[in-house]
Amino acid sequence: MTWDWEFAISVFPRILDAMWIALAATITAYILALVFGLFLTLARRSSFRPLALLTYGFIEFVRCTPPLVQLFFAFFALPTIGISLSPFVAGVTVLGIHYSTYISEVYRSGIDSVPKGQWEASTALNFSKAYTWVRVILPQAIPPVIPMLGNYLITMFKETPLLSAITVVEMLQTAKIIGSESFRYLEPFTIAGFLFLALSYPAAVLVRKLEDRMKLAYRK
Amino acid sequence: MELLPELLRGANVTIKVLLASAALTFILAFIAGLGRISKNLLIRKLTGLYVEIFRGTSLLVQMFWIFFALPAFGIHLSAYFAGVLALGLNYGAYASEIVRGAILAIPKGQTEASIALNLTRWQRMRLVILPQAFRIMLPGFGNISIELLKGTSLVSLITLSDLTYQALTLRNTDLSYTMPAFVLLLVLYFIIALPLLYATRWFERRASKGVAS
Repeated sequence: MTWDWEFAISVFPRILDAMWIALAATITAYILALVFGLFLTLARRSSFRPLALLTYGFIEFVRCTPPLVQLFFAFFALPTIGISLSPFVAGVTVLGIHYSTYISEVYRSGIDSVPKGQWEASTALNFSKAYTWVRVILPQAIPPVIPMLGNYLITMFKETPLLSAITVVEMLQTAKIIGSESFRYLEPFTIAGFLFLALSYPAAVLVRKLEDRMKLAYRK
Repeated sequence: MELLPELLRGANVTIKVLLASAALTFILAFIAGLGRISKNLLIRKLTGLYVEIFRGTSLLVQMFWIFFALPAFGIHLSAYFAGVLALGLNYGAYASEIVRGAILAIPKGQTEASIALNLTRWQRMRLVILPQAFRIMLPGFGNISIELLKGTSLVSLITLSDLTYQALTLRNTDLSYTMPAFVLLLVLYFIIALPLLYATRWFERRASKGVAS
């Protein structure tokens, strides 16, 4: 049994359709990660020690445990205490929170690279804390790390097959269903892999280009 | 607490998979990392292709492909071998970038000095470049080993009875086990990750001892 073009072409549209689910999950989870990541970054810098320590502990714990297990936790264990989430919502929330811990590190590196003089100047100008953050620090901290943020978007897209484990019908799950219907796994899995490559490789090249341009623009 | 023995049996499998795939990862990382800066165009292209393919698709797809699709070519691998192979190939591709980046980060003067001292290409790499590059690689390798640990949980999806698989089995025996089993599962993974986390930091400190900046 080897590659069968006719079969491959016949199942291609089904897997392509599932790509939209994967993309929708990626984008929703990414937005969650961007917002929650910023919150984590700020909480970790808080002058209220318990909050800073708690956030630090949370980040380390989430980063050191597998996203698959976190998915199972949200999908199987949370309903036993009365929190029932649909597979899609559970998947997006877990992916979003998992990667928010990575994204908070990206923000942190951006914020740390803003020169101390900027803070001092803001204090000297009597800017409020909120104003300093929104108008002075973040506008300088975020643009240089945009390529890194782009990398995480690609990484998260490649993590969406995990959602198949909690019954979200994305590309891999569709490929698996086709496989169990027809007993042909080679074509559907190859197509799924090809589609991931077809989307993530050009995106990665784009991010690398952006990285080079950023390096020129922000050369110290 | 009666859950613990069952889970620990799974932890045993998880750690075995982790060690085997870590060994494969680091071997592949050096082969591919050095291959990508080789003088030979063919080797550069081949290793580049390997890295782009395995970084461009997702780990779970690769694991399923090796486990479910390879038999179509008559290659039947056990779940354990398929899992280790997929993990090693995938993280090896990521780690090769760390090796490559570290080698390229060594100042050019080091290479020039080695040439001036009449060292061969191999001596230059082994005695001058790699010992310095290794220090730069360590934090990256530490992170990869933690990512690898997290990746091992995926082998539960190709029927290997690792830590995660054991928790799923416990849940199937008795639904009231669900919450304690999964909480315990998260804690156990964290406990396995802790030594990796501390070892990484310790190596970082040790390796930077006696080095300016």
